[in-house]
Amino acid sequence: MYMPRCATCLVLVVFLVSTSGLAQTPNLGKPLTPDELAGWDINILPDGTGLPAGSGTTSEGARIYSAKCAMCHGENGKGGTNARLVGREPIKDMESEKTIANFWPYATTLFDYIRRAMPWRQPRSLSNDEVYALTAYILSLNKLIGENETMNAQTLPKVRMPNRDGFIIRFPDRL
Amino acid sequence: MTNPGKESDKRLLNLPVVAGNGLLHRRAFLRGGTALAGAMTGYSLVQSASAQRLVDDPWSLEPGNPVPEYGTRSRFEKDVVRTLTNPKGEPRNQHARTPHHLLNGTLTPNGLHFVISHAGDPDIDPEKHRLAIHGLVKQPLVFTLETLARYPMVSRAAFIECGGNSAPLFSKEPIQANVQALHGLVSCAEWTGVLLSTLLEETGVDSKAKWLVAEGADAPHLSRSVPVTKALDDAMIALYQNGERLMPGNGYPMRLLLPGWEGNMNIKWLRRIQLTESPGMTYYESKIYAPIVPGGKAYQFYFLQEVKSFITHPSPGLAMKGPGFYEISGIAYSGNGSIAKVMVSADGGKTWSQAALQEPVLSKSFTRFRLPWRWDGSPAILQSRAWDEAGYAQPTRAEFVAVRGETSRVPAVTAFPNEHYNAISSWAIESTGEVKHVYA
Repeated sequence: MYMPRCATCLVLVVFLVSTSGLAQTPNLGKPLTPDELAGWDINILPDGTGLPAGSGTTSEGARIYSAKCAMCHGENGKGGTNARLVGREPIKDMESEKTIANFWPYATTLFDYIRRAMPWRQPRSLSNDEVYALTAYILSLNKLIGENETMNAQTLPKVRMPNRDGFIIRFPDRL
Repeated sequence: MTNPGKESDKRLLNLPVVAGNGLLHRRAFLRGGTALAGAMTGYSLVQSASAQRLVDDPWSLEPGNPVPEYGTRSRFEKDVVRTLTNPKGEPRNQHARTPHHLLNGTLTPNGLHFVISHAGDPDIDPEKHRLAIHGLVKQPLVFTLETLARYPMVSRAAFIECGGNSAPLFSKEPIQANVQALHGLVSCAEWTGVLLSTLLEETGVDSKAKWLVAEGADAPHLSRSVPVTKALDDAMIALYQNGERLMPGNGYPMRLLLPGWEGNMNIKWLRRIQLTESPGMTYYESKIYAPIVPGGKAYQFYFLQEVKSFITHPSPGLAMKGPGFYEISGIAYSGNGSIAKVMVSADGGKTWSQAALQEPVLSKSFTRFRLPWRWDGSPAILQSRAWDEAGYAQPTRAEFVAVRGETSRVPAVTAFPNEHYNAISSWAIESTGEVKHVYA
């Protein structure tokens, strides 16, 4: 290794190293590969980014719903000890009940939320096909898609939610 | 009650009143010195009718208890607790509210910090916990708690407030409840950890990245979207809360701290941050924390917790013990930065007196305000109003309702008819000494 022999050279070398961008932080993070991350990589964006392979139909969804969801959300999504999943009365004021069909701006949120958080006692227990099927079933109950439609990575982001334009960005200067 | 025969009390009675119903100058007691302080009565101080000889009580006559490994407060403080909405952990969320009316100062004790858990507090083994940062970065990285502990850290005080704090005040009629029930979903702590910007410097940030989606390791894998500008400004991976590791309910072993921003975004049990071009439109930003405004539209990305204050002493449930001198005190805070000024009224907002602010006044943290008051025993309405350094004033309730609306029915005190309420609170002092929640 070259050893600088005068103070000026030493200062110059230290300066070059310290401004290289590598010497400032501990660099103790371990590089993460897509394969290592796969089990956690579950975010879905509104344009469909992140949606996995697989698909599901409303009739498959109805069967899964009866077995795993109806005990809290009621038969046919009518609500029970937890939120109802059908209903589309217009939002008028703060006492209007926010439902999927009258409020949620994007259908992708349904897939994202079911997959990460449901069923409440067994999150992450559903296969991607089952999540697609439940998403299709709930959208169909709300007549946002037809009874025989299939949901997958291509069809789901195309579902237009009725309240997409119902929002005002509160602090646009902070985005 | 004061004794008019004492010299110090005569001096108290001569202090100039600076606003209606007996509000004194904020430095009146500082000027008056210890003799005046000794003449103050508290909310619970009992006056003895006759002289009482001071004696040695049993605890002064024998050695006390062994010192425990981890200290707990006196058994006489057992009633100073959070209130719970779902103590059996039924399949829904849980709320634990801070008893502000029983605390003082600016930092919330760790066991009393408010908590909302959407599916209970996970029991995380810190050795197995990981923080992954990926997406629109140059090099995805994963960190252990052990490696993060070797990074440069910072400490700062910051309040965290649920977007639904103070929601009972959306009610068309004032709900009779104490300050814990009305305003208990905000707390303040000193947080210590690694700035997120330090870690993003190591991963590198793609110029296309405008957002990040942060996710917890809890059962709902709760996720929220945060603008990258906030991440690079003052966001922290918090590891310590008031000097010790985070409490399980506050995100052990690590949480995202976004000073001044909506509590739900300060992701607890943080395990993953994905940098993205667009927000995730997660459940909590699509539905829950999108407050409906009159007419039917809803606010999206209501990130900021705006300037707010409320009086904790006296407050509903803390009865006054007769006319005399009291200290009015309370909490003020703003997501915009430091508190610039707090004014207090004892006549429902007709006249105001400037409160003293307890130093140090810290950005995006609780500021304790105090003002001496000579209550003459007649009805009064106490209010506090805060201004922040950005120039924003806490609105009156009428100003607030004109924009945000109110309910048509009286909701349950634990309900959340809407979010982001920051208007003035009013406490009516009745001649009996009882304190009631009113709109004024």
